[in-house]
Amino acid sequence: MRTPLHRYELTACDSLQDALAALAADPSARPFAGGTDLMVLMDAGHLPPGRYIDLWKVRELRDIDVTAEAVTLGALTTYTEVLKAEILRREFPMLGIAAAETGGIATQNRGTIGGNIANASPAADTPPALVAYDAELELVSSRGVRRVAYEKFHTGYKKMDLAPGELIARVRLPRGRKGWRDYYRKVGTRKAQAISKVCFAAAADVADGRVRDLRVALGSVAPTVVRCTATETTVRGHAVDDAVVVKAQRALASEIEPIDDIRSTAAYRLRVAQNVLREFLTRIRA
Amino acid sequence: MARLLDALRLQIGLTGTKEGCGEGECGACSVLLNGELVNSCLTPLAHADGTDIVTIEGVASDEQLHVVQQAFIQCGGAQCGICTPGMVLAAMSLLARTPQPTEADIRAGLAGNLCRCTGYMRIFESVLEACRHLPPKL
Ligand SMILES: Cc1cc2nc3c(=O)[nH]c(=O)nc-3n(C[C@H](O)[C@H](O)[C@H](O)COP(=O)(O)OP(=O)(O)OC[C@H]3O[C@@H](n4cnc5c(N)ncnc54)[C@H](O)[C@@H]3O)c2cc1C
Ligand code: FES
Ligand code: FES
Repeated sequence: MRTPLHRYELTACDSLQDALAALAADPSARPFAGGTDLMVLMDAGHLPPGRYIDLWKVRELRDIDVTAEAVTLGALTTYTEVLKAEILRREFPMLGIAAAETGGIATQNRGTIGGNIANASPAADTPPALVAYDAELELVSSRGVRRVAYEKFHTGYKKMDLAPGELIARVRLPRGRKGWRDYYRKVGTRKAQAISKVCFAAAADVADGRVRDLRVALGSVAPTVVRCTATETTVRGHAVDDAVVVKAQRALASEIEPIDDIRSTAAYRLRVAQNVLREFLTRIRA
Repeated sequence: MARLLDALRLQIGLTGTKEGCGEGECGACSVLLNGELVNSCLTPLAHADGTDIVTIEGVASDEQLHVVQQAFIQCGGAQCGICTPGMVLAAMSLLARTPQPTEADIRAGLAGNLCRCTGYMRIFESVLEACRHLPPKL
């Protein structure tokens, strides 16, 4: 049975200032971006009646800004816009891969990066790439602006460092990744329109046969996206060989907590996560 | 809040746009909004304000079917027809972006549109057939 949607009120806003004022005036109100998560929940009656503040027409949240230090995406940047941005394709290709593997074209035209982050699904596909890229979030409210390392943003299952009345305004990606090699792999039931069973993003700075630095992040294997620092430690500073791969795979098992659910099993997820890690390490070794 | 899908079907009576799942998975409710493919079941009516919307009813001109529609008929790309309006619009949106698609492009372009009848191969063939009849890009 469908739920009558008139239980949900959508308040239009033309500017960021409007949106922040509307959120400040009604502490129970929540932001609404492309609606590709929210409309599904509303239709199924999984959300209590209430008010939503419509960000869709807020221009200030839509631009992609490039400076010498960083590429900054407005929270309303859609997957399609991510795919069109030449600078992202060149310097942050994993975001484009994640975007192209998110839903189908219709979902990519409406779903936003801010919505993907704030929906806080452990199975979301951009978070591992954002962690691997050391992304930082700019959060705004009527009280001001603050910045949080994305890695620290998700604090538990569907919990995040976001106060009532606060919005994700921008996602900042630090540049200067020359020489880094990226590896992204989403494993789902189908190539498109499937929710991840395991989502893996990693990047490595390899010079003279040694891994100077690296990032490894996984989705769908814990209550939030995880940066796998123990795994990184087993590899950092070393030349990748079989022994390093085995150590890294063992470390990975110690820091992810996959579960059994309708999409997969804990055992399958662990096995696949370790196999994909090996594939990444094999690639950077070559 | 209201859905664009309900405004089209119930208020305007444009029932060519179908509802399959109501949750963004099947693409039966696809329409073009300012030329971009969207699922009208997930689009609030407010987001359609001031935009240009094309439903399947707006695809043929006068008595002349669109080349994509013609190709679906010719290749047997439609059986029960429930997915067809969405498939045709998804194909049109693909061809507008990529006039000479590879098979992989076609699969990706139609990935959000599900069909329970045809088994997809004839749908992919229909899109390839339509490419052969599109006017060459200037
Ligand atoms: C068919 C289908 C397939 C999908 N496939 C995938 C997939 O493969 N991978 C994947 O990761 N996701 C997938 N999704 C989920 C969804 O499309 C994404 O999570 C999308 O990025 C959500 O963005 P949105 O703008 O539509 O969010 P909305 O639905 O508008 O909002 C989602 C949540 O974020 C909050 N929010 C939105 N913007 C902000 C902001 N700027 N600041 C603070 N809070 C905000 C809202 O309050 C809400 O809680 C799919 C959805 C559908 C319907
Ligand atoms: S009815 Fe809209 S996607 Fe299925
Ligand atoms: S023709 Fe019946 S669903 Fe596609």
